[in-house]
Amino acid sequence: MKLFELGERTAQVHDVLVTVAELADRDDARAVLLESADDPALVKPYLNRLELVVLRFPIFRDGRGFTQARELREYLRFSGEIRAEGHILPDQAAFLRRCGVDSVVLPKNGNGDPALWEKQLRQFPVAYQRSVLPEWSVGPGLRVEEAS
Amino acid sequence: MSLPVGHYQYDRIDRDFLQARIAEFEGQVNRRLDGTLSEDEFKPLRLMNGLYLQLHAYMLRVAIPYGILDSRQLRKLGEIARRYDRDYGHFTTRQNIQFNWIRLEDTPAILRELAEVDMHAIQTSGNCIRNVTADEYAGAAADELVDPRVHAEILRQWSTLHPEFTFLPRKFKIAISGSPNDRVAARFHDIGILARPGEDGAPVFRIFVGGGLGRTPIIGEELFDSVREEHLLATLEAIVRVYNAHGRRDNIYKARIKILVQAIGVEAYREAVEAELAQMDLERYRLTPEAVAAIRSRFAVPLLEAPSDADAVLAEQRRADPIFDRWVRSNTHVHRDPGHIIATISLKPAGGIPGDATSAQIGRLADLADAYSFGEIRITHLQNVVLGHVRKDRLRDLWLGLAEVGLAEANIGLIGDIVACPGLDYCALANARSIPIAQKLGARFADTALQAEIGALRINISGCINACGHHHAGHIGLLGVDKRGEEFFQLTVGGRAENGAAIGMILGAALPEDETVDAIARLVDCYLGRREGGETFLDTLTRLGHEPFREAAYETV
Repeated sequence: MKLFELGERTAQVHDVLVTVAELADRDDARAVLLESADDPALVKPYLNRLELVVLRFPIFRDGRGFTQARELREYLRFSGEIRAEGHILPDQAAFLRRCGVDSVVLPKNGNGDPALWEKQLRQFPVAYQRSVLPEWSVGPGLRVEEAS
Repeated sequence: MSLPVGHYQYDRIDRDFLQARIAEFEGQVNRRLDGTLSEDEFKPLRLMNGLYLQLHAYMLRVAIPYGILDSRQLRKLGEIARRYDRDYGHFTTRQNIQFNWIRLEDTPAILRELAEVDMHAIQTSGNCIRNVTADEYAGAAADELVDPRVHAEILRQWSTLHPEFTFLPRKFKIAISGSPNDRVAARFHDIGILARPGEDGAPVFRIFVGGGLGRTPIIGEELFDSVREEHLLATLEAIVRVYNAHGRRDNIYKARIKILVQAIGVEAYREAVEAELAQMDLERYRLTPEAVAAIRSRFAVPLLEAPSDADAVLAEQRRADPIFDRWVRSNTHVHRDPGHIIATISLKPAGGIPGDATSAQIGRLADLADAYSFGEIRITHLQNVVLGHVRKDRLRDLWLGLAEVGLAEANIGLIGDIVACPGLDYCALANARSIPIAQKLGARFADTALQAEIGALRINISGCINACGHHHAGHIGLLGVDKRGEEFFQLTVGGRAENGAAIGMILGAALPEDETVDAIARLVDCYLGRREGGETFLDTLTRLGHEPFREAAYETV
């Protein structure tokens, strides 16, 4: 498993990764796997011990993971690591990052080339809507860039 | 450089963004060619940049945000049609333009040419928020309460490469109007927005959700009556977030937001949206008056000056020339300024292809826009072109100029103003050809005096149940079906997209293609024979019900 960091946070490897259903019985679990149909609110009771939430993308076209990440960050104020795995494309790198995802499990095919992910993160100098990241305005209007 | 009338003026940062998008797309094409991207992976990526693979060639759909172009942009579209296509372009029901004969390898070059005039193909397809459409008379119509284009531009920017909403269950279409007379089919959109003035001077927004045509036509339901401007983006985020999380992904025919709204009911949908809003940091999503003002300041406002006798000059010209008078009656709309008028230019010549324009016509339209309407052009969702601010005393000169390039057809809103999808001549999904039947109907009712006599009557033609020709919303709708290799058309009557939106009712069994035109002629005769006073086709249909029309359609001689 090769990890790629989308931002500043260093990706951590956890030996124990459980499903949402298993969380209640596994006091030792610090990492949970959310399927794209899982409601992120289910992890709410365990937030203070969770260090990693892994979002599984069954296929890159299934965009529920983007909303899950935002809900974790914006609604649940989850401050641990969020990771995306499964069928994801480097073309989604900035979208993932802007929704609050910190790291990805690099795909094992041509889409896993870290240079492609790196390039995509720097593709666009500005964005036209707010994200979960710290940003400032580069107006007029809605444009923002990431605060550095 | 002076600001364009009617649309947002890009600056260096916006242009850099477009260049970055082109570079990204070029990289995606290269990765497809070297095999790093599979075709299944490449397809959604190219669609999100407007590139389709049709029956015979690639098609590039270019965005015309809220339907507004300046003459420089329109000229560029004409040049692209000449250089990269077969010398014509096709204006669509989403106020965009399609080029039907594009080579994949030319696409990056075309995108660069478009970017020279601040145009692109971003989000003209794909399962994302599509190009936002707006009232074709925005900023001009006498009946308008709020010019919706500043907010349409805000929605364009907000939805552009939205990090959360680029991989939705299905496509997502938003329309916005600021008039009490719905000219955007607000209730047939995933989200329809009607703006009106609020008490503090800022507009408030009535929001409909879950409307649409396609396989399952549904009239949108009101979600909120009065959303304040500062909460517009937060509200839209919440609506789309609920859809992204809960919209069906197991069946593409049940994946639109309308299916979700129908499944849980509009009350439950509203509760879900309110639950999102309650958790959101509204300050973060707040649309500030400063941001609105900053975007507004990038639009030029036309300086409307007309001689005091402009109205009298036009009245005299109409008296002197009945052919011009007929065109004025069908093809113009009342402007908010008494010295000006809104002119709609028909792209529906009798026997022609609805929405097509040659590069010569496109170039001429750009020249006429410069001469008569501040260089501003609008594309309508009914596949016509509008010049929004024409001085009344110069309208006849415009009309004469249009006639020189075959664009003076007097049929707006009449039976010849047919909306049709590309159909089986281009589209891989179609079951029947839409264009030939549109051409035959256009030819059958070519007489403009007859069209004026028949009055307001919209015909919409779709070549398959995906309903791109909006047949459900046509006063008379035609749906092409394939019966053992033969083209048949199913007729509906009573649909409408304007105020009092309704879905057309099926009259009966589908008719063979060669009997369809006669059947429609009998429907029209039935109406003409039984109408009372100033009734329109829809009025008579409402009064009499469907039965006489059904009998007329299936009457055999």
